[in-house]
Amino acid sequence: MRIAVCIKRVADSETRVKVAGDGRSLDDAGVKFILNPYDEFAVEEALQRKEKAGAGEVAVLALGGPAAQETIRTALAMGADRGILLQTDAVPADGFVTAQAIAQELKAGGPWDLVLFGKLAIDDYNAQVGPMVAELLDLPCVTAVSHLTIEGSAVTAEREIEGAVEVVQCSLPAVLTTDKGVNEPRYPALKGIMAAKKKPLEVKPVTLGGGSIEVLEMAPPPARKDGKIVGEGAAAVPELVRLLREEAKVL
Amino acid sequence: MAPKFHGVDFYAIDSLLSEEERAVRDTVRTWVDEQLIPVIGDAYIEGRFPKQLIPGMAELGLFGANLPEEYGCAGLNNVAYGLIMQELERGDSGVRSFASVQGALVMYPIYAFGSDEQKKRWLPEMATGRAIGCFGLTEPDYGSNPAGMITVARETKDGWVLNGAKMWITNGSTAHVAVVWAKTGAQNDPASIRGFLVPTDTKGFSAKDQKGKLSLRASDTSELVLQDVHLPKEALLPKSGGLKSPLMCLTQARYGISWGALGAAMACYDEAVSYAKNRVMFNKPIGGFQLQQARLAEMLTEITKAQLLVLQLGRLKDQGTMTPQQVSLAKRNNVSMATDIARETRRLLGANGILAEYQAMRHLANLESVYTYEGTHDVHTLVLGQEITGISAFE
Repeated sequence: MRIAVCIKRVADSETRVKVAGDGRSLDDAGVKFILNPYDEFAVEEALQRKEKAGAGEVAVLALGGPAAQETIRTALAMGADRGILLQTDAVPADGFVTAQAIAQELKAGGPWDLVLFGKLAIDDYNAQVGPMVAELLDLPCVTAVSHLTIEGSAVTAEREIEGAVEVVQCSLPAVLTTDKGVNEPRYPALKGIMAAKKKPLEVKPVTLGGGSIEVLEMAPPPARKDGKIVGEGAAAVPELVRLLREEAKVL
Repeated sequence: MAPKFHGVDFYAIDSLLSEEERAVRDTVRTWVDEQLIPVIGDAYIEGRFPKQLIPGMAELGLFGANLPEEYGCAGLNNVAYGLIMQELERGDSGVRSFASVQGALVMYPIYAFGSDEQKKRWLPEMATGRAIGCFGLTEPDYGSNPAGMITVARETKDGWVLNGAKMWITNGSTAHVAVVWAKTGAQNDPASIRGFLVPTDTKGFSAKDQKGKLSLRASDTSELVLQDVHLPKEALLPKSGGLKSPLMCLTQARYGISWGALGAAMACYDEAVSYAKNRVMFNKPIGGFQLQQARLAEMLTEITKAQLLVLQLGRLKDQGTMTPQQVSLAKRNNVSMATDIARETRRLLGANGILAEYQAMRHLANLESVYTYEGTHDVHTLVLGQEITGISAFE
């Protein structure tokens, strides 16, 4: 089974990010970067599928600056076979530009049985690139897969939707984006970390088109206002309920 | 649930680490947060080693991680190995002790003094955690003075017979194999000390857990009794010879302890900072009071110094130039500073500081053992004194 996993280097959601001096980007200084958590599910799924098939290849593809090599090596440490970095100065704001570059690379390196993405990147929350790539490759796409069965080339994927589980079927080759629940990602073992250094990682400089989205400004959300203590004990409940209903309008 | 640990790095020490070293540290850090921290409080109170963690530790490759890959180990450098110890002891000294004993005190002597057969027989088994080891050097009456040991090994026609007792043996009751040190010659001849690999199911070998510990409660500590233990010739570690051999093992373990204690100090500092910012007294966070700020400033200073100390020690070890005296300095300094930081954190936390829900008092109680084992603080003082003056204070 030939599987491509597309991953992204993102700021750890536990780090406090600061807006850079240009007011339109984030300051990288002192920020810890990680493999996008939803992409970890994609990498794990690829590894499990390959292990189950007993043969094949898991290639990891990322688009970004030179530092994204480290993120690729995290996936190699988990067990992926090789990595490709489409090296750019920055990740474009327009997901379609990214999707075009990734689709082009996947076409050149294909055919793939399975192309996996995380359901979204936790930095921009766009959830766009996976389905866009599927469209550009003319492949079926199932997003936010939380349970997956593949028998031969028949794919049965479950998605958690509002109040229900949606079951979707398609056939390989396909593009899937993974959600929490699909598996439990492994820790990269120490031997894997050492082995990752020796695995092939191809760096391909790419020039991207302009795209149609421009970031004009970035600002932190306004500071939260102080809370209000309505009173203490059971006597305060009616007033609290009234305020929640009339002022906060959440009831 | 305790907030996620972010490390302490006031001097951009991360920039002195390689990408692999950071990756190793971060993997173990995540594992400790997700697997160890949630179970350690209860294990400590119940006074048992959390055995369920062994397969996960083995899968990560934590046992003997700085030994070569041909024996199923990770083949890491010594700085990466030190970072593993740091993160494990950030969780608990008892769990770090388990890994230290397995790697530095059992796998290392098999690797350094063992025959090819012994290495092939034991190292891969121990790397995967299927075999657990313990190290028997200290005796009831010979702690700081191991040269005086009375355990003896008498050569017979077809092997050896061991007699004696060992005390304060981590993993003693869970081990499958014990590295036992014994005199093969006269009682006053420490040069005759040799190491033996004793499978713990050998007739005449028994291990009994020591009860009533108020420290390292999440670790098994046992007394070993060897009564006419018959061993084949191949039980001898052929390249071991004299007291120097067990002391070489202790240098390995102490190296890891220097890093480990740093981890315990970081855990306490992290807890102290978080508590100081959140605990309100006299209408402001206690972190706003000068006395608490002085505590925190002192902790950060000592941790930063200790970090630089062990990092350079690790680089020396990787170059092959590290001396046992340098390890003594690091063990002495780092364990002492960690104990102080744990105590100050305990105090900063006020009444909450005595609860198992917080980490400080558990670390404090643990570190009192770490202060004493693997060469007491005082003995390391005298090792340094001898190094400085050329005069031994022991004799």
